[in-house]
Amino acid sequence: MANTVQCDIVSAQESIFSGEVEMLTATASNGELGVMAGHTPMLTGLAPGPVNIRMADGKEEVFFVSGGYLEVQPKKISILADTAERAHDMDEAAAERARQEAERELANRSSEVDYSHAAARLAEAAAQLRTLEKLRRKKR
Amino acid sequence: MASGKEIRTQISSIQNTQKITNAMEMVAASKMRKAQERMELTRPYANKIRDVIGYLAEADSDYRHPFMEAREANRVGYIVVSTDRGLCGGLNNNLFKTMLQDSRGWNDKGVPSDFCTLGQKASVFLNVVGGNIVASETQLGDRPSAEQVIGSVKVMLDAYRDGSIDRLYVVYNRFVNTMTQTPTIEQLLPLQAEAEPEGKYRWDYLYEPDPRTLLDGLLTRYVESQVYQGVVENIACEQAARMIAMKSATDNAGEIIDDLKTEYNKARQANITQEISEIVSGAAAV
Repeated sequence: MANTVQCDIVSAQESIFSGEVEMLTATASNGELGVMAGHTPMLTGLAPGPVNIRMADGKEEVFFVSGGYLEVQPKKISILADTAERAHDMDEAAAERARQEAERELANRSSEVDYSHAAARLAEAAAQLRTLEKLRRKKR
Repeated sequence: MASGKEIRTQISSIQNTQKITNAMEMVAASKMRKAQERMELTRPYANKIRDVIGYLAEADSDYRHPFMEAREANRVGYIVVSTDRGLCGGLNNNLFKTMLQDSRGWNDKGVPSDFCTLGQKASVFLNVVGGNIVASETQLGDRPSAEQVIGSVKVMLDAYRDGSIDRLYVVYNRFVNTMTQTPTIEQLLPLQAEAEPEGKYRWDYLYEPDPRTLLDGLLTRYVESQVYQGVVENIACEQAARMIAMKSATDNAGEIIDDLKTEYNKARQANITQEISEIVSGAAAV
């Protein structure tokens, strides 16, 4: 039997996922990382991006988080997401629009445009698209 | 005794009031259901982050964040969550009473309090009793967003960071069930370690990128989420309390109407009796 670990993904609005997983991949603030059962306790920030989980029966699911924290305990993994959504609920067209919008705002950066805000929005939109990309590759 | 017509007008005016309170009861009942659902949805996050913070407070790390260090209290801060509107029974008053008691306890020890108010009623009340309000936010509405709360919370966190307050509490009504709401005071800062952690063993986390940035973000998020949870729960309490208050108002109006109807019938009966006796005595005189 595969080695599994309890995993909970919650966002401020709702509980997204709870169950046994074999492996979890996420984009941490220092780059992508994978967590399996028996990982050493760890606490790290998450960058906007996809969270990929593989369950014991080999099924995979992809979520999108726009930031948050990943906590690994000896017998439990928790993700405290700022906003999380199931990737297949996501709208590719909307994400693409948001990206273009943010890029345009960055391009004609005038004094009153909040630069850091726009950059954060761009990162988020790009991460959403990356999540969808991943999902599409998997389906194929 | 009032005449028949006067009583009739009184009855109809009370009936109008009864219609209003009845409608308000039904509105509150439906809003309460929604508020309760929202409360259930935000609970997992608040509980989870509380767990994580509980372990963090226990973990023997080299780095201690200022939010974890208990220091001598020279000034305390309260974040008071209240409703924006009234007509919800004793909900706000009970809360303020609990808060004042706590604040007075500090005051007796020579520790003054600062207040941050979320909701109209709290700022009005604290203005009257002369509390020192450092931040306030009103008109949170039925579905408050986390952004509305963050601003006021930041004021208090900054005050804690620069040392102008040494304790931070959140005061709100905890939703037990429709009939019961308990005023609650929770200490947010400094963090209190869980009394008896499960598992009985401690570990230190690997922090990425580094403990300082990470803990700062996480602890801020923790305080925000606890306050937000308080706000959401207080809204469910408000609707429940309003529903109960309006239900009893409707019942009371019904009772008054019944009494008045009896009185009206008595007045009418007396009138008829008098008329008959007048007719009889008139006939006898002829």
